[in-house]
Amino acid sequence: MAQTLFEKIWQQHLVTSLDDDNHLLYIDRIFLHERTGSIALESLADSGRPVRHPQQVFCTMDHIVDTVPGRNDDTRMPSGTLFIQSTRRAAHAAGIHLFDLGDPRQGIVHVISPELGIVQPGATLICPDSHTCTQGALGAMAWGIGSSEAEHALATQTLRLKKPPQMRVCFDGELASGVTAKDMMLYLISRHGADGGAGYAIEFAGAAVAALSIEARMTLCNMAVEFAAFTALIAPDHKTFAYLQGREFAPKGEDWQCAVADWSALHSDPDAKFDREIRIDCAAIAPFVTWGTSPQHACAITETVPAPAALNSASETQAVERALKYQDLQPGTALLGLPIQNAFIGSCTNARLEDLRAAAAILRGRKVATGVRAICVPGSQQVKAAAEAEGLDRIFLEAGFEWRESGCSMCFFAGGEHFPRRARVISTTNRNFESRQGPETRTHLASPATVAASAIAGFIADARQLAPLS
Amino acid sequence: MQAFVRHTGIAAPLLRPNIDTDAIIPSREMKQVSKRGLDVGLFAAWRYSDVDARTPNPDFVLNQNAYAGCSVLLGGANFGCGSSREHAVWALVEYGIRAIIAPSFGAIFQQNCVRNGLLPIVLDAEAVEALAARIQTDPRALPLTVDLEQQHMTLPDGGRWSFDIDATHREMLLKGLDPIALTLTQEAHITAFEALQRKHRPWLYSPLQTSAV
Repeated sequence: MAQTLFEKIWQQHLVTSLDDDNHLLYIDRIFLHERTGSIALESLADSGRPVRHPQQVFCTMDHIVDTVPGRNDDTRMPSGTLFIQSTRRAAHAAGIHLFDLGDPRQGIVHVISPELGIVQPGATLICPDSHTCTQGALGAMAWGIGSSEAEHALATQTLRLKKPPQMRVCFDGELASGVTAKDMMLYLISRHGADGGAGYAIEFAGAAVAALSIEARMTLCNMAVEFAAFTALIAPDHKTFAYLQGREFAPKGEDWQCAVADWSALHSDPDAKFDREIRIDCAAIAPFVTWGTSPQHACAITETVPAPAALNSASETQAVERALKYQDLQPGTALLGLPIQNAFIGSCTNARLEDLRAAAAILRGRKVATGVRAICVPGSQQVKAAAEAEGLDRIFLEAGFEWRESGCSMCFFAGGEHFPRRARVISTTNRNFESRQGPETRTHLASPATVAASAIAGFIADARQLAPLS
Repeated sequence: MQAFVRHTGIAAPLLRPNIDTDAIIPSREMKQVSKRGLDVGLFAAWRYSDVDARTPNPDFVLNQNAYAGCSVLLGGANFGCGSSREHAVWALVEYGIRAIIAPSFGAIFQQNCVRNGLLPIVLDAEAVEALAARIQTDPRALPLTVDLEQQHMTLPDGGRWSFDIDATHREMLLKGLDPIALTLTQEAHITAFEALQRKHRPWLYSPLQTSAV
């Protein structure tokens, strides 16, 4: 019978069916971080249950650690040092892989897992972190869970699951110049709502997805959770294999040949059935930016803030009224030209090498506007080192950006840092929720190029109108 | 885990859509490596007019006398979206919330609820709004009874709403089951699967053996 990519991976990991609806699925890889992983490890130890396979468990420090140069276990996050040190203790006691502070492999979990070859096509990977769906870009079944579920996986190397419904989102055609994976996702979520993909396992497909680099595919899958999806994934191809080859935890030698042969069958069969299909013509997608407090509150950068009355239901209208009040915006205001006080390039969404290159291409030879605080936090220490080897750090620093150590940083108060009260921030992150980046901060989500162009201008600006300077 | 069979309590409306887990428990409110001590941080940005001084914001529904001691929340669509932090559920439970009624839930949040004895009830938006409108007339005189066994909710004035719930979630909640203990009874299946997978997909394991831990 014809199967989707997701069904193939599901089938390959089915340990047993508990009843008609509930299944026990094998988990190949577990990733933890110091915010939610520490508590899962400690709670498991308290219950007297061992970690079943420590070799299959990985942990990084990203959610609480500082990103300021010269950092150590100290952090402005209340009780942060306690989380860092208890995670370290629990990781050592359990014998799992730990990418600690000072380790050149440390970084944001969803950046380092692909970078180290820990996630692989056809594998199952879970992490108590909602953006675990990022890793589906490699053709894996990777999804976020809570701490209790993480404990279950640590103890049994399985999870109890119902099979989610399947959706395929086809991005047809070609992206216009200056349009990125970030814009594709903001477009999708704005058109179909922040709960538009509720509960689905989503396969991203189509010519525009095939044309994306692996790093850009990660940006696409990253925001599937902002679409309320169970997870997202993309069929692995020659780009995926080339990306993984030679990475630390990727298969080697003869194993590599066998793995690639196996991975090559990982695609949806031509007549596979999806419960829902969405097709998007990429010609319609422009650089996008959010105006409100949900990722669905997004529009083309050249558009204006919509009027609440134009919406379908009373609760939606009220939500938009509230969002506009919070964001201090009026209907009809143009997004282009809106003054910003802060610019942030970082997070599991947009802090990989290509993202930093795209921003640097705009920043080269230019200066951040007076009064704007601009920060770049590379997604991993390896990304940081690679960027420095290309001289990107000089471009950021000369433009007036801060250049940080890796971590989640001001995506959400990581390291205890935040933007000032009511400050307007243009950000490459994934969530524009109320107070996510600081008390009452007004976040606008956008691509790295848009953030860089806006940092230079001092207001929301269209990167397409800035020619690169040599 | 605390079982949930039947509960009666004051229900408070928080009907806006997309209430995220950052709003339920902000990152800076998770101060201990513990599932406890989180109730004071619940909805901190909304609940306090000055978060540091813990000054109550009188406009926030949970601070109003009519809803004091509430144990049921009526929420908007996509309740609990965003971060996977289970602290959101731990904070709600510690505060005393036993059930949340909303048109839809964030998937990870919903699962976290079931794991902690907090009943998530999916009810269509019109019904949630109707229920809220009725309760708002006199919240203290109209406590809501949620009966998971019978799968219905009732008000003292005769109002009655039935709800559907996933059969597995229902059983876990009614009996307060420990899923890890249940899964460990499948040990033979897990061991057999591992032997087979190591044979057919050895590359998933070989790089792990050679790497130093």
